[in-house]
Amino acid sequence: MTSPLALITAAIVAWLVIGGAGIVQPRNLRVVRLLFMLGALVAVAVAAIALVALRAEPQTIVLGLGLPDLPFHLRIDALAAFFLILLGAATAAISLFSSGYFRAGDGTAPGLVCLQYHAFVAAMALVLIADDAYLFMVAWETMALASFFLVTTDHRIAEIRRAGFIYLVIAHIGAIAILLCFGVLQGGRGDYTFGAMREVSLGGAWPSVAFFLALLGFGAKAGLLPLHVWLPEAHPAAPSPVSALMSGVMLKTAIYGLVRVTFDLLHVQIWWWGAIALAIGLTTALFGVVFAAAQTDMKRLLAYSSIENIGVIVSGIALAILFRAYDKPLLAAIALTAALYHCLNHAFFKSLLFLATGSVLHATKERSLGRLGGLIHRMPWVAWLALVGTLAIAGLPPLNGFVSEWLLLQAFLFTPTLPQSTINMLVPVAAAALVLAVALSAYVMVKFYGVIFLGRPREAHLAYAHDAGRRERAALAYLAAGCVLLGLFPASTIAAIDHVNGMLLATTVSRAGESSWLLLAPIATDRSSYSPLIVLVVIVAAVLITIQVVHRLWHGRVRRAPAWDCGFPLQTARMQDTAEGFGQPIRQVFEPFFRMERHLPTPFDAKPRYFVSATDHFWYWLYLPIVRATDAVARLAGLLQRGRIAVYLTYSFVTLLALLFLVR
Amino acid sequence: MSVAGLLSQLLQVAVALLLAPLLVGWVNQCRAVLSNRRPPSLLLPYRMIRKLFHKDAVIADNASPLFRLTPYIVFGAMCCAAAIVPSLATELPFARAADAIALVGLFALARVFIALAAMDVGTSFGSLGARREMFIGFLAEPALLMVLFTASLISGSTSLPTIVDTLAHRELAIYPSLAFAGVAFTMVSLAENARVPIDNPATHLELTMIHEAMLLEYSARHLALIEWASALKLFNYSCIGLALFVPFGIAEGANGLAMLAAAPILVAKLAVGGGALALIETLSAKLRIFRAPEFLGTAFLLAVLGMLVNLLLGS
Repeated sequence: MTSPLALITAAIVAWLVIGGAGIVQPRNLRVVRLLFMLGALVAVAVAAIALVALRAEPQTIVLGLGLPDLPFHLRIDALAAFFLILLGAATAAISLFSSGYFRAGDGTAPGLVCLQYHAFVAAMALVLIADDAYLFMVAWETMALASFFLVTTDHRIAEIRRAGFIYLVIAHIGAIAILLCFGVLQGGRGDYTFGAMREVSLGGAWPSVAFFLALLGFGAKAGLLPLHVWLPEAHPAAPSPVSALMSGVMLKTAIYGLVRVTFDLLHVQIWWWGAIALAIGLTTALFGVVFAAAQTDMKRLLAYSSIENIGVIVSGIALAILFRAYDKPLLAAIALTAALYHCLNHAFFKSLLFLATGSVLHATKERSLGRLGGLIHRMPWVAWLALVGTLAIAGLPPLNGFVSEWLLLQAFLFTPTLPQSTINMLVPVAAAALVLAVALSAYVMVKFYGVIFLGRPREAHLAYAHDAGRRERAALAYLAAGCVLLGLFPASTIAAIDHVNGMLLATTVSRAGESSWLLLAPIATDRSSYSPLIVLVVIVAAVLITIQVVHRLWHGRVRRAPAWDCGFPLQTARMQDTAEGFGQPIRQVFEPFFRMERHLPTPFDAKPRYFVSATDHFWYWLYLPIVRATDAVARLAGLLQRGRIAVYLTYSFVTLLALLFLVR
Repeated sequence: MSVAGLLSQLLQVAVALLLAPLLVGWVNQCRAVLSNRRPPSLLLPYRMIRKLFHKDAVIADNASPLFRLTPYIVFGAMCCAAAIVPSLATELPFARAADAIALVGLFALARVFIALAAMDVGTSFGSLGARREMFIGFLAEPALLMVLFTASLISGSTSLPTIVDTLAHRELAIYPSLAFAGVAFTMVSLAENARVPIDNPATHLELTMIHEAMLLEYSARHLALIEWASALKLFNYSCIGLALFVPFGIAEGANGLAMLAAAPILVAKLAVGGGALALIETLSAKLRIFRAPEFLGTAFLLAVLGMLVNLLLGS
């Protein structure tokens, strides 16, 4: 019983026990904090075990639980192990942070949160090791429900209940699509284990049906257009560690499902799947980042940024499908590596930033960007660690966000080797959209960081903000260190991801190229190469030498004085650029993206008030029509309801007659 | 990595550091002559930097350490870029550390830091400048990458030394795709280096300035470093342009003598390029900030056209 799979199963049970222990004394904060620490230790263990399993052969276990004749199948292979590493590594930090974060409030008791939290984490791990559709769906639904309760932790607020409802609806639309997808994949044999699905070779249009059902179902969980609407509602509503867990880890389980179905369970990949998924992915990326730029709530901004990152990841997967369909395994491996690398990166920097917003929220009780500012002075730890995450998510070298984007752009540049010229023509447009999204994310992150942490405090009470506690700092520092290390040692990370490539695509990136631990060169050094470590060393050396030279040759004297600002005497915090101001150029350039309502004051207003709201077209184009149509159908069906027993008996009679007539 | 390689690498960075203010001085001279003014001294930028280093730094009361660190980081990033851009020689040891995409990332790193520092003091002009700079940046970056992609499609590589080698050894014909890319690159360089028609380096006109607005709170050595870094950025962009579109006379490999021979050619090419820049600046008027998307959108479309032409014609 010491195989990695058994250990992971034990860890899942351990999480459930820890969660269960939380409700013994739900209001005892010290116990709950201890339990979260234990949960973090289990997460570290999961990551370590999965690291071993990544290199090992696939393993399976059949558990005699569940319904009669439907035992649970568990399996761990390289793909599952990779996502388990991601889950363990990110959850460790988030649990550590949570142990210092949750306190008794009006909402759910901390002990109950502890139960929901650990059930959520355990369900996510179970999704990753499930090897039959039945267990997968059970775990998937448990995950959705546990996260629903976590989102509605502050359920006294109507807005949060509404967010939870939207989340639940979309999660179920997705779940239905996934269920149907598995139904197609079993190919009429009635055997719902993944092993049986791998054996089936579907004919005709069925593979395409299965793929698009998977894209719809997992896309709903990941936040692909047009099923993204739950993200910006649910993420701000949830407590910050939960937002971090949902954005950093849960969205990746959807990516896991998509990769599992596309590359493992389906035996063919067709090029136009890739083309359509690429279009959806890039649209999602651009849409997410443009909306992120217009947000004024810091957690909503991050939620939209998650949509962007999911779009980038799905673009990578789409490119891998495209290359795979044209039988170019190495290029497919590069694209898939970029996508998986970005999953890992996103788990680190997005968790870091969400947790940092949690610290800010605790210290200031403010979520609106318009009432923050200058926190780098009051909360230096959070501010400097968040700076690492900000630079990483903006895709700047030498941090981790840049590596995956670099790999993805490399994959795009190889597309002209495909035989189909129409696809080759689309590359420039696709690459351009990706680059635009990445460049815009730098804009968004400057806004995010600058408005929260830099400048002058916009409210008086911010002067009393306090820095995060020790455990919270430790968690943030760990995530920031992860961002740096993943950025500095890409070749080692890719060597780990290569186990997944080897399993799914039967090829590896590391062996084909000329990479070493210092230099990343996926094909050959004279094709493309990047060495973040050298870049960092050169920059740091240049900085240190410059400081020394300047101070030795001249002097290092500094005088403090009031800000100059072109000599304007009156400077208040209200005169700084606001989040709205920072969003204004984007709103103007990308006007068609938004549904905007503006209210301009007239010169005669006693209390002039400017008001603008930029909302999502999808509500009005897609969701509201569906809601209205459902309403209308329900009203029609309601006509049948008369409330008199005689009428209902007549219905039964008519139905019986009709059936007799039809079936006979 | 050999000692000779390292030395030649240092030589290239040193040449870049020394020539960068001279390039700025030369462009200013040309601009003055073209607009019928008496030109300032060619060495004025050097004197300026020296004077600034002597002064006491005055820093706003509420500036954070990030504000003081930024000039050094920006300067360091530009030095790193100067080591990578093939200005004198192509096969230098550090050239493989970052390809064209990573180079764009380095420029973005400098831009993000300078924008953050501008927001740090919390003045109205600082944050206004930061917002505008990031605005121009996100419009210019895709266009710049498209230009570089066009060049990489021709040579099948994103590595700058390989691109330059391929382009330098082709027969002397004009690639139609490169012609598009060249125009696009010029437009992007104007925007990225805060030149007319996007920004005006010569004025402190409050409502129109972009780059200068971010530097208002800086003084003394910090300002000197940022000015020097801006000059280096102009130098680096010019050298990328020269390497892509006039890739002749660049030494191959870390060969000291060849690099010394390449230096005069570089100076000559930069002199012509600087003159052309001054001419463009004199002939055009500054655009309103919301015309910038049109300007950079044109650059972007030209670059994409170049890429499509490349794919269609294969040249």
